[in-house]
Amino acid sequence: MMPNRCSAAGLALSVSVALAVVSGSAMSDGPVAPNDIKVENLEIANSVSGASGDAAEGRKVFANRKQGNCLACHANSEMSEQLFHGEVGPTLDGAGSRWTEGQLRTIVVNAKAVFTENTVMPGFYSLDVGADVRESLIGKTILTAQQVEDVVAYLTTLK
Amino acid sequence: MHRVFEKTNVALTSLLLVAIVGTANAGGPVDEKLIIDGELEMITRTAAPEGHPLDEVISGWHYRTPETRALEADSFQNPGMLGVELGEEYWNKVEGTEGKSCASCHNDAASSMVGVGASYPKWHAPTSRPINVELQINQCRVNNMGAEEYAFDKSGQKPLTAYIKHQSYGKPVKLDLEEGDMKAWWEKGKELYYKRTGQLNLSCASCHEKNNGKYIRADHLSQGNVNGFPTYRLKQAGLISTHNRFRGCIRDTRAEFPKAFSDELMALELYVTWRGTGLSVETPGVRQ
Ligand code: HEC
Ligand code: HEC
Repeated sequence: MMPNRCSAAGLALSVSVALAVVSGSAMSDGPVAPNDIKVENLEIANSVSGASGDAAEGRKVFANRKQGNCLACHANSEMSEQLFHGEVGPTLDGAGSRWTEGQLRTIVVNAKAVFTENTVMPGFYSLDVGADVRESLIGKTILTAQQVEDVVAYLTTLK
Repeated sequence: MHRVFEKTNVALTSLLLVAIVGTANAGGPVDEKLIIDGELEMITRTAAPEGHPLDEVISGWHYRTPETRALEADSFQNPGMLGVELGEEYWNKVEGTEGKSCASCHNDAASSMVGVGASYPKWHAPTSRPINVELQINQCRVNNMGAEEYAFDKSGQKPLTAYIKHQSYGKPVKLDLEEGDMKAWWEKGKELYYKRTGQLNLSCASCHEKNNGKYIRADHLSQGNVNGFPTYRLKQAGLISTHNRFRGCIRDTRAEFPKAFSDELMALELYVTWRGTGLSVETPGVRQ
């Protein structure tokens, strides 16, 4: 329910403009806009980029401080070569067994849709963000749709 | 529906945490005392004031490495003391059209300024807002010395503020919320403390209330108290002001940050200082 909550009319407008551009070329493929993503039973069933994810690429995005920076908050034994694993969130060892691929996608896209409004985990492909967003980042997501898919592909390998 | 799910997850998580204790960092504040030069015992842990969300108020000193803690415990080694000494020079420096220095009116800071650093921000009736030590210095410069205001973090502002606060070394922080509209500003500060900002969508509370004692990547999160400010930061090799620290933390959420001494940051300083009620003034604190 929450990811679809698109209160600002301006936002709705810009999303439909973006969609019009996308659908102008090819309706099937291409990324889904953040406000257009459907969550059902905590799952996002389909790829948000329209393509499949690359786990090796996702592993890099996960560790990169300017991208996922997931290690800021999560320990992950599979990445023991990296120094400094955070403790703000749970360890992700075994995350790929605890959650389905569709649920992992929802967690990365917008963690609030799986946990609560109060979760401190940022939404990595969501425009439901905090106040006073830095001007150069307004309307932008932390990760691209393809980076989300890459990270999800990597998470599913954490058995 | 979300709630139920969260519970399951929490249960799973705690099971896992038990299983991997080996890889987890040793979290939480260290159980040690801060005694400066083996003489002056600082209050670094104390019961929280009424209405505080946490049970215990803890100084950021407890969350630092043994090396950083040792630097603060020895006033000869504390690199921030150089800033305090520089502040003394500014205290005695004659500036402005009136031919006066701070000392011309206040004489010896070691007696006239005791307790000042432990009680600011204070209500300032002439401007009808709370002011901090930096703004009080500017008031004196303009009204009593005929000198120009210091710009934020420029010239003598940080050293002189550190010098004045250092005269309260060891004294417990205690604000007077009864004066003027202090309570309304406290409320505004509280609202800002819990306001989630930026693309990362985090509030001060996300890090310093919910998660203090835990590591966020290589940083050990403290309660974010200001009793050591201006504080010496090893990373930046210099004194760092309270508003500079606030702006840095807000920027890290990928948000635009308010101007120094704006209503927002003054309200936040008032509220955050209150959250550290009872802690000794540690200025100059030493942090990583
Ligand atoms: C600022 C902190 C923070 C960051 C950054 C963060 N997370 Fe999280 N994450 C959490 C917290 C906290 C939880 C637990 C849910 C809760 O308490 O709200 C969580 C939960 C999860 C879970 C479910 C955990 C389990 O095993 O049950 C997964 C999977 C996850 N995060 C993946 C990621 C990935 C992938 C990234 C980076 C793209 C990331 N997180 C970045 C804080 C964070
Ligand atoms: C993304 C996490 C994060 C957020 C959000 C955050 N901080 Fe911080 N803050 C840190 C880290 C990391 C440090 C350095 C380690 C420490 O002292 O906690 C720090 C340090 C501080 C310190 C210095 C503490 C000391 O003992 O010297 C203060 C004061 C502070 N923060 C206040 C705030 C305020 C006020 C806000 C909200 C406007 C805020 N922080 C938001 C991460 C954060």
